[in-house]
Order: sequence, then structure tokens, then C-alpha cells
Amino acid sequence: MAAPDAPTADRSHGDPLEMPALCPGAMAASKPYPASPAMQTALGFPGQLVEDWHDKAIARLGELVNGSRALRVYLDSCVKCGACTDKCHYFLGTGDPKNMPVARQDLLRKVYRRHFTLAGRYVPWLVGAEDLTEAVLADWVSYFHQCSQCRRCSVFCPFGIDTAEISMAARDILDTIGLGQKYSNEIIGKVFKIGNNLGLPPKALKNTLESLEDDIEEDTGVRVELPLNREGADILLVTPSADFFASPHMEGLIGYAKVLHEAGVSWTFSSYASEAANFGMFIGSTDTMQKVALRIRKAAEDLKVKRLVFGECGHAWRVAYNFLNTLAGPLDFLDPAYPIPQHICEFTLDLIERGKLRLDKSKNDAIRLTFHDSCNVARASRMGDEPGGQFEIPRAVLRAVCNHYFDMAPETTREATLCCGGGGGLLTDELMDLRLKGAQPRMRALREVADEHGVTHMAAICAICKAQFSKVLPKYGFDMEGIVSVHQMVSNAIVLTGSKQAEELDAAHGVASTAS
Amino acid sequence: MATVVYAALFYLATVAFVGGLAVRIAQFARTPTPLRIPTTPAPTTRTGAGLRVASEVVLFQSLFKSNKWIWLFGWIFHVTLALVLVRHLRYFLQPVPTAVALVQPYGLLFGLVMTGALVALLSRRFLVPRVRYISQVSDYLLLGLLLLIALSGLTLNAVARTDIVATKAFCLGLMRFDLQPLPTDSALLVHLMLVAALMIVFPFSRLLHAPGVFFSPTRNQADNAREKRHAPPARLEAVVKRA
Repeated sequence: MAAPDAPTADRSHGDPLEMPALCPGAMAASKPYPASPAMQTALGFPGQLVEDWHDKAIARLGELVNGSRALRVYLDSCVKCGACTDKCHYFLGTGDPKNMPVARQDLLRKVYRRHFTLAGRYVPWLVGAEDLTEAVLADWVSYFHQCSQCRRCSVFCPFGIDTAEISMAARDILDTIGLGQKYSNEIIGKVFKIGNNLGLPPKALKNTLESLEDDIEEDTGVRVELPLNREGADILLVTPSADFFASPHMEGLIGYAKVLHEAGVSWTFSSYASEAANFGMFIGSTDTMQKVALRIRKAAEDLKVKRLVFGECGHAWRVAYNFLNTLAGPLDFLDPAYPIPQHICEFTLDLIERGKLRLDKSKNDAIRLTFHDSCNVARASRMGDEPGGQFEIPRAVLRAVCNHYFDMAPETTREATLCCGGGGGLLTDELMDLRLKGAQPRMRALREVADEHGVTHMAAICAICKAQFSKVLPKYGFDMEGIVSVHQMVSNAIVLTGSKQAEELDAAHGVASTAS
Repeated sequence: MATVVYAALFYLATVAFVGGLAVRIAQFARTPTPLRIPTTPAPTTRTGAGLRVASEVVLFQSLFKSNKWIWLFGWIFHVTLALVLVRHLRYFLQPVPTAVALVQPYGLLFGLVMTGALVALLSRRFLVPRVRYISQVSDYLLLGLLLLIALSGLTLNAVARTDIVATKAFCLGLMRFDLQPLPTDSALLVHLMLVAALMIVFPFSRLLHAPGVFFSPTRNQADNAREKRHAPPARLEAVVKRA
């Protein structure tokens, strides 16, 4: 195999799950920028490393273990069977043994054992228990920010041990002693202050939406509204704020708007809750996650909406689907006739199945498409009524709007999907080396379908995946624009009632029917 | 003398095993589950989630997905261990139940297969670099302990048989607090000593995976968050109420 430091172009071919040779310490230098004192205090954490950090960290670990059955069971139950050792995309891409899920867990487990188990207190050498030293702390900062909390390891663990739970706990402890991560904490601060990750103020948001309305009108001849803060609308649409300005996110947003327009429903965005993402999950702070989640509840109440629909975002859908009701519920003021909350793909597929959307698949004929299952959608949530709907529904939407669809290798999709390499609060420039290496398994799986089926584009259903792939695709020899939104594909194919496209299509059909 | 020492040892081991496990299980059970975190796709009902756990316990379903070799050796080890344990019930039950009598003739076979699986599992710890990296002293020792228990048991079964009637009288006596003399064959004394050691370390080691597998939220929670609200701990619920 190629050495982990080989140029990435050489690494884009080969078995996606090829086992690397162990390279101890290969990624020890990878670490995120620390949060500034101001970013820390904005979230209620100490501004810098506290003096009694050791005792504070141990005390916090105790609180977390007492507060989470998952954490306690997972720290106690690992038998070191090795089933997870080859499952992490960061291990596959770097060969650093501390990126094997069990080894990553052990960074926390050894301290837990030292302080909270009988064997660890009296015979630490026997059970691998260790004191929390500065070196261990440095490992925590480094390696707990080399986990994207994607849960791939959890699928394969005989006890369901979820490394995400453990890295969340470790990041919570780091925040508690003043060692927060800049990227996540700065962003959460912006949500508290302005309402979204990007710090996009309501006025800028309004302007963006209006210019999108103009763009759509120019393209189609139809004025599709993108309303903001419209009180009394039926649906509040909450999307990741990247949808308002990044590409291919924005093309997806146009897709949602067209679908909602054709559905004939009244809907709105909220400037107060102009963010579906919830980085409180990434930093493992349930309290922070709750504060962010409550903004969505408040927006829904203030705007008096009846339904809640979420745009394309992986971890946001996890939080919305699994946690929102718990942290900000009961949401009993919403209409129980619809799923609370609903995913935009569920909404769109329902319309397609009821024949409410006119679709011209040939508009996507230049595209040969595959689909990247985003980890938090795949392994931490559901769509539809049946288990696995999170795999079938986006694919059904894509197949309805596109003629050339091909799945990647089964060991890299659905519940076994590979993280894009940028999830879990790692989508930041200083971690680019890690992100590139972590993307390797997915890039190789994409290379396989590109070679075999001529696949040109990959659709994703998560703002982080889209941003990450835009960055890493070129490094692996693909076109940067090879990453598309699911609703971008819908947007391409949808034929709006009364649009230029509808006229053209009718004319073409008219010609066809005369000819026959 | 051996009788008194071993009787004391087994009373101690039983207290440590039962008491220790009870404490740890109570700890697992009392610790809250603040959020719904099943690894999906997951069953949407509690019955389904129960079946999912059962298939993990009986078939090692996730391990099968993960790695066929670990699954093969691990599953064979656990199944033969269970059969050997059932077979050992005859030393504690009078009359011997039919199910126990049924597995009686296959003790040697189970023991040999179990030993083979243990040797394979221990070899992986030495031979596979990834597994060697994550193995600690206690991992080798626990496997070694199980292996020695199996080998001493096989010795008793096939090489140096002990007075099995007297051994059973000792076991029944233990349970009735009426001590009966224990045969002093060295293989038996070694076997029993190691078993007592295993019982004592059980609640304080990673053998806790046995109860742990039943308490794993990613496996035992139903995927029904939209249909049924998962109530948060009081601290978080209070925040919602204020909002």
C-alpha cells in the first residue's frame, strides 16, 4: 500500500478498506486550535486551563459517568476483542494505532480505570490504568479531535460500544477545564448571538433569500418565494446555514424552495433559528445542545407554525430526530398528523409518490450519480416508518430525478458508510491533513464506481459532507463540483407549474404526439 | 485442612461474585440514559430491541458483521463454555435434571473445542499487530486463567480422574453449610482454585461485558424517538419547563 504520507493522488486507487501498517505517533501532532478565552466564557466554560485541572477533570469524568449509562457501560465492558480496530476511516487513512476506536477509547478508559475502579486503583499496571498526566491530556486534545463521532465502530462492536459517546465525554471534560476547541465553540457562540453558525444577521439573510428568488425567476419565469419570519405559516423550515451561501448547498436550498412551492404549502424560515446544525453535540455538552435546540422550539412557537421540516444536514437530523423532542419538547403544539420533525427528503418523496411533482429526469442526463450516506443520518436516525428508511428514501428521491444512478460498494454504504472525514467538529483548516487522510476510504470507493460505471457526481445529504468533499475531491483527482446536494438534483429535474421549462416540455410532447 | 480452606475460598468467591456483580449491575441500572442513541437501523419497538439484544447475546450478530475469525473463535468459546457450565450443574443438583444428563457424554469434546478456541483467541493477541497493540496484561492473564481452568478440567476428565462422588458431596455440602471432605488430587485442587479466582475477579474486570451487553443503549433502545418522547433527566426537563 501507499505510505500514509504519499501524495494523495497515489492514494486514491485501491481497496477502500485496505488495512494500513501501524504507524505509531503518525498523527500525534494533529490538534485543533484552542478556543480563545472569550469563546470559552461565552459558553460558560473557563477561559483557559484551570490551575487544578487534574482534579477538575477527574471530578467531571465522575459526573459524566454517573450521568450516562452509555458512558459507564462502555468504559466497563470493552474486552479488547479487536473487532473495531480496522473500522475507523481515520485509522484506515493514517495508520496511527491511536485512531483505532478501542485505542481512542482507552485514552479515556485508562484514566477512568485509575480513578473509578478497584483494580485500577490498586494494580494499575495490570489493567492498563494510568494517571491523567500532561502527556495524556495532550493525547486527549489530539486524538479526541480525530474522531468524527460517525459511529461506524459502534455498528461492528459486539456490545455496541459507541466511541462517539466517549469522545463527546472527553471533549466535555476538556471544555470544563478550559481547553475548548476554537472551531466548534466559536460557532456555537455565533448561534447564541446571531442565530446561525455563519453569523449571518437577519438583514443579510433576507437579502440572500431575495436574490435567490430573483435567480429562480430568471431561470424558470416563476416567482418562488423564500419567506423569512412569516408568522402563521404552516411549516418552519430549518436548514444548516451553509445552505444560504455555500455551494453546492445553496443549489439544494433552491431545490427545497421549488418543492415547497409546488406542494402549495405556506412555509417560512426563521432568522432566530436560522441554523439546523447543533455543535453542542460535537462538544459533548448536553446543556449547550439543549440551549441551541430550544431556539428552534421558540421560533416554531413564535411563528405559530404547525409543522417542522429540516433541510439536508447530517448531525442536525440526528439532533432533530432523536434529541429535539427530549431536549425541547414535548412539541405538542405542532400538528400530530405529520412527523415531528420531518426530513425534507420525506416531504419530497411523499409528493413524488403522490404524483404532485412534475419531473424531467433528462435534465440530469449529463450526470452519472452515486450517493454518500451521511453518517449521522445513516447510523443515528431514521426517515420514514421502516428501519433503514434513511437509506431508501434519499435513494428513491434520486432515482426519481435522475436516470443514471449507481451505488458504491456495499461495505462502504448504508450502515457501513464511511465518514466524509470532516464531521464531528473537525471541518476546520488546521485539521486539513487529517481530513484528507480520513477521506481516503470514501474517495477510493468513489474511484471504484467512477472507473466501473463512469460515475461523475456524488450526492450528499449533509452540509458538512458537502463542504468537506468540495475541499478533498480535487486532492483525489476528482472535479470539485462532483459533489451535489440531493435537492440540487431535484431542483434540476423539477418542472415548475407555469415555468419556461413546462412550456418547452409541453411543446416537445406536443410535437412528439403529433409525430406519432 | 484442604476441605476447610476450599470451603472458605468458595464462600468468599461466591460473595465476591454475586455481591460484586449485584453492585455493578445496580450501578448500570441506576445510571440514567439522558438521550435516545440506538445505532440505526434499529427496531422501532421495545420487543424488537429486546430481540436485537438477544441476537447479540446468542449469535454475536455485530461481531459476525465485523470479523468472521473473531466471531468464530469467540462464539465457539462462549457456547462450549455454556455447555460445560451446564454439564457442571450435576455437581450441584440432586437428582440430575434431564438437560444436564443429556450433555453429560460430551464433556471431553466440549472441553477440547473450548481449549482450541481459547488458544486461538490468545494467539490473536500475540500474532495480530493491531490486537497486540490494544492488549493489556490483564487480557493475557484472563485468557491464560480460562485456559488453565480448561486444561485442569480436561486433566480431571481424561487423565487423572478424581473421586467424583466425594467431589459432588463436597459441593452439595457447601450449599447446605454441611462440610464434606474434599478429595485432595492436585488437578482438582488447581482446577477449583482457579475457578474461585475467576469468580473473584469477574466483577472487577472486563468480564463485566457479560451484564454490560444487556445495558448497552445503542443496542437495547428502540428507534421510536418521534413517536414516543424520551424523557430527559430532571435537570434538563427543568430547563424546558422554564423556556
